[in-house]
Amino acid sequence: MSQDSLYQLRCRECGKTWGNVPRSFCEDCFSPLEVAYDYDAVEKIARRENLSRRAFNMWRYSELLPLTEDFAARTAIGGTPLVRSQKLARQWGLKNLYLKNDAVCFPSLSFKDRVVGTALAAARRFGFETVGCSSTGNLANAVAAQAAQHGFDACVFIPADLEPAKVLNTAVYGARIVRINGNYDHVNRLCAQIADRYRWGLVNVNLRPYYSEGSKTHGYEIAEQLGWKLPDNVVVPMAGGSLITKIAKAFKELVTLGWVEDKPVKFFGAQATGCSPISDGVKRGLARFEPQKPNTIARSLAIGNPADGPFAMKLVRESGGWAEDVCDREIVDSIKLLAETEGIFTETAGGVTAGVTEKLIGQNRIKPDETTVVSITGNGLKTTDAIATEFPATEAIAPRLEAFEAYLDAHIGAAAAAKA
Amino acid sequence: MPVTIEIPTAFRRFTDGAPRVDCSASTVAEALDTLTKRFPGLSRHVRDDSGQIRQFLNIYLNEEDIRFLGGESCALREGDRVLLVPSIAGGSEGC
Repeated sequence: MSQDSLYQLRCRECGKTWGNVPRSFCEDCFSPLEVAYDYDAVEKIARRENLSRRAFNMWRYSELLPLTEDFAARTAIGGTPLVRSQKLARQWGLKNLYLKNDAVCFPSLSFKDRVVGTALAAARRFGFETVGCSSTGNLANAVAAQAAQHGFDACVFIPADLEPAKVLNTAVYGARIVRINGNYDHVNRLCAQIADRYRWGLVNVNLRPYYSEGSKTHGYEIAEQLGWKLPDNVVVPMAGGSLITKIAKAFKELVTLGWVEDKPVKFFGAQATGCSPISDGVKRGLARFEPQKPNTIARSLAIGNPADGPFAMKLVRESGGWAEDVCDREIVDSIKLLAETEGIFTETAGGVTAGVTEKLIGQNRIKPDETTVVSITGNGLKTTDAIATEFPATEAIAPRLEAFEAYLDAHIGAAAAAKA
Repeated sequence: MPVTIEIPTAFRRFTDGAPRVDCSASTVAEALDTLTKRFPGLSRHVRDDSGQIRQFLNIYLNEEDIRFLGGESCALREGDRVLLVPSIAGGSEGC
């Protein structure tokens, strides 16, 4: 049986199936589509034992992804470390704390490389020559990098006020960048209209069902790296709200295939207080979230009208988890904490996730003996401007030993200097 | 108040192919009601069983999401554009 007969798009609301087409919503009822698999057939070809012969990157789970038979991976995406925390775990009073570190995801240093991996496989399948996205930065980086490698033209749409590093990290690959005067939600709306009119593969618009499947590999890796076990808790940053639901889908699939034992996993969502429609909805018990105008340094999470927000809220509630948010000061402090304790330099979104984890521990929602995984999704080198003022330039000294001794004396005191 | 409603491609099979519909209305709600009376096939795609605007349909008045303008009761001015844009979600059944 060929791999592309194992899955197709299905409407989440009415259940109608659509085969495989570049479309994100059901044309009958206009609800979201997602990739649905024939798990009985997948089970026949996918074997956990076979994985040991494959390289440790996202393509090792190819039978669980919407790829075609002739798909040939060209880039080793994912396969990031699951770091068992020592110092931070001690500081937070946890016995089993892990950090899933997609700050070092290749090729563009965020988890978005994973979703672009599956989206461009779909773009190739559907014959698109131009690919693009609406982006808060990381996705644009990932699209530009992989489009360059695979020979697509890339055109990405970003809010005009994005961090300079994220713009540069897209431009360098030769992608066309269209800056929009507006926030991400304006950009996203425009892209929905563009996908409606042009025959382009916009990865998070008309290719979205295929794109979001790539996120599952973050979840598969967590389970495999825990020794084919599910954690008790995961803490995940929420922008559009897709990643958290795809990690849940990944865990559920592994249970369905019998690769891990079933157990309850609590899903905790993290947002910045300056853009927290999902956590606000959870905390206030709203039936529907209320959209917000973003105002936060965590610009990669600054989506005020999160498309997958309803699903994320449902997951958080039904899993027994919770959602929280932290302010800009807490985000900066948490970036520094993660760097100082674990040697991981994350972008603002990672600061949000770490800060929220600390808050959840304080609320006793995450308990010391439980196994907790915190998803770090992007690299700190992309958002250096958010913390630059924390580290003012230090004075320079002459290249002489006396000058260094004077420096030590002035900064750490003579006694300490003698000891050093 | 003469206003224009912009129809996404996916909805046009209910509007005889028309990409925009001109009508007269004083609020967004009134414009939507006029639209769905003229094209009854659209009704169930605009509102759910409880009469609320469907969760996965975003409605904009000119550049702004109507939820920032007080919802569908917000007033229209002559020449306003009302945009219907299906939400681009890809949620998971894993939840």
